[in-house]
Amino acid sequence: MKKPLVVYAFTVMLACAVLTGCAGVAPVPDPIIAPMHTADEVVKEDVTYPIDVYDPWEGFNRRMYRFNFYFDKYVFLPVVGGYETITPNVVQTGISNFFANIGDVFNLTNCLFQLKGKPALNTTGRLVINTTIGIGGLFDWATPMGIDREDEDFGQTLGHYGVGSGPYLVLPLVGPSNVRDGSGLAIDYATRLLIMAAIDPYENCSGKDARTIEAILLTLEAIDKRHNVAFRYYETGSPFEYALVRFLYSELRKIQIAQ
Amino acid sequence: MAKRLFAAAAITALLLSTGFAEEYTYPINDPYKATVVGTPAANKPELPQKIRRTRLELTIFEDRKIPDALWYNNRLFCSFAWQKEQAPLIFMIAGTGANYQSAKMQMMEKAYFQAGFHVISISSPTCPKFIVTASESSLPGHLEDDARDLYRVMKTAWQQVKDDIEVSNFYLTGYSLGGTQAAFVSKLDETEQVFDFKKVLMINPAVSLYNSVAILDDMLEDNVPGGLNNIDSWMQDVLSKLARATQGKDRIKFQDPDFLYKVYQHYPPSRKTTAALIGFVFRISSSNMIITSDIMNGGGYIVPENRIPTRNDSFTEYAKVTFRIAFLDYFRELFLPYFKARQPGLTEQALIDMESLQHIEPYLQKAEKIGVVTNADDLILASGELDYIRTLFGTRAKIYPNGGHCGNMDDRAFVQYITDYFKAEGGES
Repeated sequence: MKKPLVVYAFTVMLACAVLTGCAGVAPVPDPIIAPMHTADEVVKEDVTYPIDVYDPWEGFNRRMYRFNFYFDKYVFLPVVGGYETITPNVVQTGISNFFANIGDVFNLTNCLFQLKGKPALNTTGRLVINTTIGIGGLFDWATPMGIDREDEDFGQTLGHYGVGSGPYLVLPLVGPSNVRDGSGLAIDYATRLLIMAAIDPYENCSGKDARTIEAILLTLEAIDKRHNVAFRYYETGSPFEYALVRFLYSELRKIQIAQ
Repeated sequence: MAKRLFAAAAITALLLSTGFAEEYTYPINDPYKATVVGTPAANKPELPQKIRRTRLELTIFEDRKIPDALWYNNRLFCSFAWQKEQAPLIFMIAGTGANYQSAKMQMMEKAYFQAGFHVISISSPTCPKFIVTASESSLPGHLEDDARDLYRVMKTAWQQVKDDIEVSNFYLTGYSLGGTQAAFVSKLDETEQVFDFKKVLMINPAVSLYNSVAILDDMLEDNVPGGLNNIDSWMQDVLSKLARATQGKDRIKFQDPDFLYKVYQHYPPSRKTTAALIGFVFRISSSNMIITSDIMNGGGYIVPENRIPTRNDSFTEYAKVTFRIAFLDYFRELFLPYFKARQPGLTEQALIDMESLQHIEPYLQKAEKIGVVTNADDLILASGELDYIRTLFGTRAKIYPNGGHCGNMDDRAFVQYITDYFKAEGGES
């Protein structure tokens, strides 16, 4: 009767030791040796620090930031580099214009959501001009005509109606964002699917062909987006880069929402 | 009539032969504004959009241990632009906190490439990547040590490219702190003899590092209303003004190449705000430098020596602490003790004196190949230092009347000056 119990107890102890990495016998960690300058000395309760951005998921975010670096390094940037080598500059500009013209659809929907009359009219004008005489958006004639692009997205629409940013969020591939802007991105994409379903541009294609075309377009759009962004992860080399990017993103969005 | 025609033709020929010396028309007379705004698009020269360049990836110390928190700084990057035929090679050193492809470095790289030079662009030794990969002490700011580190980087870069290009001569330049460092590198080269630089140009250099840094430290601390505890409300104020400039009927767009210039024209910030902005940018650079140096040296200054943070740890609290540390605090608390330990008997004043052009004055006096270009209103020069440059370099100093600190570097006439300087054959330009 006694023996199995001892064996059982021993087994449990062993399992615990293995599972906890022998925490039971590990020494208590040394007390921290305070550096010359500490947060206690500098950081005060009643002071606001611009570098503080609500970021409860920082551990996850930092890992995603690192993932994006590797994705950039091994996939995204080599592909973008190849794209830049094989396509002439005029073609690159044409492709950028084309996707910017599609983007104007969401600038328009979001101008409307925010009841911004004149920007909505301008954007409609841009869409009409660039889609027709700009040959499907390959040329941007509207900008030189003095009709500026209005950058609006659903994240800004939410912000416009007082929705707070929520926790900071680093999205895969996309990069710095937050819960509000990430949701906005999803809504904009859903809007896109709805519009696509309504106009059905692939009506003459088989379902498989349509999916292939859509996949190619999405890939090209991603390449074009990355091609137009100069930012490179860890380029500053500073351990503060993550916090500085987070700060800049948050402030930039505040300015965009105020517009 | 014929005489007049002849005279006109002669003048035209003369102008053509001298390549139309650009008239200097840089428009901003407030040195603070010039430093922040830079050069308006109308004053910029035409430079190629793309040039033949590639990124070099250098390993300087084979056995260097990279702390986990700085894992991404495993190699030093340089930019290398090359000509297909034989040409002189120019090494360029970036200013404080700037890396090899800062806007100013890219502008100069294009200008020199367009003028027919090979160019190698090197990050400032104050850059985190340089501190981690290429600095022997990982405590930047010691001009003689920095020169040795830079020289090592130049040699390594040269090793990588020497079989691919034909080089006729070696030249050296740098702006801001990089300008000061260029003088020290040139002096080191006299004994090392690897490059035997034929010409060296210091662009807006600091005369005394200590003085310049003190000026920049004060610009932040003296000009944020209510002091650094109030930095958030100051910043929100600046940002909301910036936001206002981008709204409404007469809005200025971010994409506008003259964005800052127009903001300053239509919504001019106060002198105090402008000075604080310069100080703020400098403080971010020095914060990046200080935290990196501390981690590389085992902590104890900002990070605890027995709890060095890792790649997944938050640095937000350390950022708050570091942002409060002036460059001169770093100088007294980390830098001086390190060099005192290395060189017993070294006093603070002796170290300050080493950090200046005065320290190598006899060399600079006789080194005809070294020239200076700077501005009469350069903010980083303490009183008397402009006269010092004038006296020491005489005709080898070119001084523009305005431009603040590097504000006019993109100006057509300025760019032409710094390219012509190396184009002119031998001796003086």
